[in-house]
Amino acid sequence: MIVNQFLVLGALLFSIGVYGVLVRRNAVLVLLSIELMLAAVNINLVAFGAYVDDAVAAGQVFALFVITVAAAEVGIGLAIVVLIFRNRSSANVDELDLMKW
Amino acid sequence: MAFSDWITDARNIVFLVIALTMVGGALVVVTTRNVVHSALTLVVVLGGSAALFLMLGAEFVAWAVILVYVGAVVVLFLFGIMITRAPIGRDSVRLDHERRWPPALIALSVFVVMAWSTTLAFGSEQISGGVIRTDAIGDLLFSRYVIPFEAVSFVLLAALIGGIVLARKDPDR
Repeated sequence: MIVNQFLVLGALLFSIGVYGVLVRRNAVLVLLSIELMLAAVNINLVAFGAYVDDAVAAGQVFALFVITVAAAEVGIGLAIVVLIFRNRSSANVDELDLMKW
Repeated sequence: MAFSDWITDARNIVFLVIALTMVGGALVVVTTRNVVHSALTLVVVLGGSAALFLMLGAEFVAWAVILVYVGAVVVLFLFGIMITRAPIGRDSVRLDHERRWPPALIALSVFVVMAWSTTLAFGSEQISGGVIRTDAIGDLLFSRYVIPFEAVSFVLLAALIGGIVLARKDPDR
């Protein structure tokens, strides 16, 4: 196994996530695409951890922290989306122009 | 390293199967017209990433991904989809923006830049690491990484309180 195969897969998943974030209108689907990008980041971290092979397992521990922060982000993000839907009966990101000048 | 040498390793064949499944699943996540299918296909992608973590010797991270993502995050997404009554394909509400080529162009250029630079930097460097067992991760988390661990638990507490505050009904109304 070479390290670059994991890095290219991570780059591919990340760019698919970028496409999803930019192209989706529904806020829940934007959050799903962000999860794709975070999964790509985790693959990169664990692949680099196995490549460097240090005694403190920094890659895996950082991947665990990323997972934790992603869980918090999904909880807060979905709460905000539900609140916006309750107030405006729509969860489409292009209809949220309340803060647009 | 030539591709014919690379593919003879059995682990690389397993990697190729998992990677193709993940990329196909990711494309379904960002292109399907059914929101529920999108959330359920994310399970395939995250399961594939857990399998890759097992290949890389990261046992605890793999099972944490299964537990946290498949067990909690995807269920949370399904609840979000149900509560916001997102369209599930049969009705005519658009899920995507009309113009798709600018995001596709941006995503393609991001991929080209990242894949090109990692290929230049790492070429054909081999992965040498062995399995890091769960008890070693636990020892590290509670000795060397104890302060980041406490900080991240504080982040989770703040997210918990924030979720409750955001989702409950306003008592004034």
